[in-house]
Amino acid sequence: MGGSANGATDLSSEMEVDAFRRLFPLRFHERHLVESVRPDARPLGKSRETSLALGAVGSADGSALAKIGCTTMLAAIKMEVMTPATEAPDEGCVAIDFHMPAICSPIVRPGRPAEAAPVVSKQLSDTILSSGMIDLKQLSLVSGKAAWMAYLDIYCLDADGALFDAALLAAAAAFSHLQIPVVSLNDDGRIVVVSKQNEGEKLKNKPVNEEKRKLKLRSIPFALTCILHKNYILADPTAEEESIMETLITIVLDSSCQLVSLYKPGGPAFAFESVVQDCIALSRQRVRELQTILNEAISDMEVD
Amino acid sequence: MEVDRTDGRTPNQRRPVACTPRILHRAHGSASWTQGKPEREYEMVLKKTLQSICLLNVHPNTTTSIVIQVVNDDGALLPCAINAACAALVDAGIPLKHLAVAICCCMAECGHIFLDPSKIEEQKVKAFVCLVFPNSMVSVLPQGSLRSGGELMEHGIITSVTHGMMAVDDYLRCLKLGRAAAAELSDLSRSSLKLKAGNDPSKAAITRLKTFMTANGNIYIYIYHYLSGLPIFKILFFQIYP
Repeated sequence: MGGSANGATDLSSEMEVDAFRRLFPLRFHERHLVESVRPDARPLGKSRETSLALGAVGSADGSALAKIGCTTMLAAIKMEVMTPATEAPDEGCVAIDFHMPAICSPIVRPGRPAEAAPVVSKQLSDTILSSGMIDLKQLSLVSGKAAWMAYLDIYCLDADGALFDAALLAAAAAFSHLQIPVVSLNDDGRIVVVSKQNEGEKLKNKPVNEEKRKLKLRSIPFALTCILHKNYILADPTAEEESIMETLITIVLDSSCQLVSLYKPGGPAFAFESVVQDCIALSRQRVRELQTILNEAISDMEVD
Repeated sequence: MEVDRTDGRTPNQRRPVACTPRILHRAHGSASWTQGKPEREYEMVLKKTLQSICLLNVHPNTTTSIVIQVVNDDGALLPCAINAACAALVDAGIPLKHLAVAICCCMAECGHIFLDPSKIEEQKVKAFVCLVFPNSMVSVLPQGSLRSGGELMEHGIITSVTHGMMAVDDYLRCLKLGRAAAAELSDLSRSSLKLKAGNDPSKAAITRLKTFMTANGNIYIYIYHYLSGLPIFKILFFQIYP
């Protein structure tokens, strides 16, 4: 049939378009790029619809659900008391882990960890710790004796591209939502978490910290992943786009537009300086969008 | 205000590079290795970088397995591994589009940028960047045909991995410095690899299992390239902790 090459323009034969998309994915996408649009009708520099829901996990001390398009990340923080290290007696600690359970994508098989998981996990750790978002001194309880250890776990529930962006957003939102539990020193000299049942009674021991408090976050980092293909820059790729056009560049900026990370792990396309500048400009715009979304989600929580 | 470096180098000075292919044939003895998280990330960066320079469809249905073993880490580990892997690929006779030249730039607290940090320097700096450039292409075509949109092909970065925070302008300064250093390093590797190429026409044979070792001071690389019926490209990266 002569329709296979022109299938994209022939509206009356829906099957042709799907077949063309499967058989010639690169050509299908390039036909859209020539018109400066993508298969889901987005302009090249536009990200997908992003939403945040704080407090998604009731039993965690801080949690958030972030969605960028179909990519869904659930972040939850659990706080535990530990003895601080001798080199840093008045600092707490943050442990970050990223999981990709088999539910998130047909590529991930149960029992066999995804290749991307440890890489995204390390990237998240590095980014969050080097951005200075969390002042570890705020996690201290009793200098030299007790400090908070925050376990941040991020679960990917649906992997549809731009995993790092969504994970970082979920992590930042979870820390914004985090409420540090109240603790008191019991008779043995150990720190105990004051549970809800004790709140009504008169406390035998004075609490170490008076009330549940939130962490004061310094500049929050936000990420934008772009795909480089020939002369095009596509912001916020879907999993399909990532698998066809393999060159990715992830830029993390904080709210004062300092560069926290520029990550381009190889790939067939080169990044020239002009391309780097364009990607940074797109990232700056995205940081403003994400900052607004985060602030709205926080104020929605506070109204409740 | 000049940055004082402990080994007396100027800010723009790299450490000397020694690249010796095929010098060792001793058995690979027992090695204890740990596969911690940094190794997985380096593996992914190495895989994507090296995959983009190899022409794997010249020999279809073959497995290319690159094993990188770090014996001693004195800073700038990732660039060293990339440079060494490139030299090993040339030595193994695997067809490449161009070489990948890697360099590490770091930024001190005072804002000074310098190249190729040692381990101690790496821990003290505010931020560092590992950059990989394609090597400069010598062409018989008229000048200007290797430009893409007004920029030379060799000015494009293949890979960039940053660590720590810096201003966008500082990153662009690192790019400039890295580019200059990469151009110099690429001339050096081109001349040194030409000398060692020798007259060995059997390099392209792919039916036998081949093992090559390249010592770049502190990294050993083995490349296995054999007909397996499956197109596989894999990297194994591990460090020996004494």
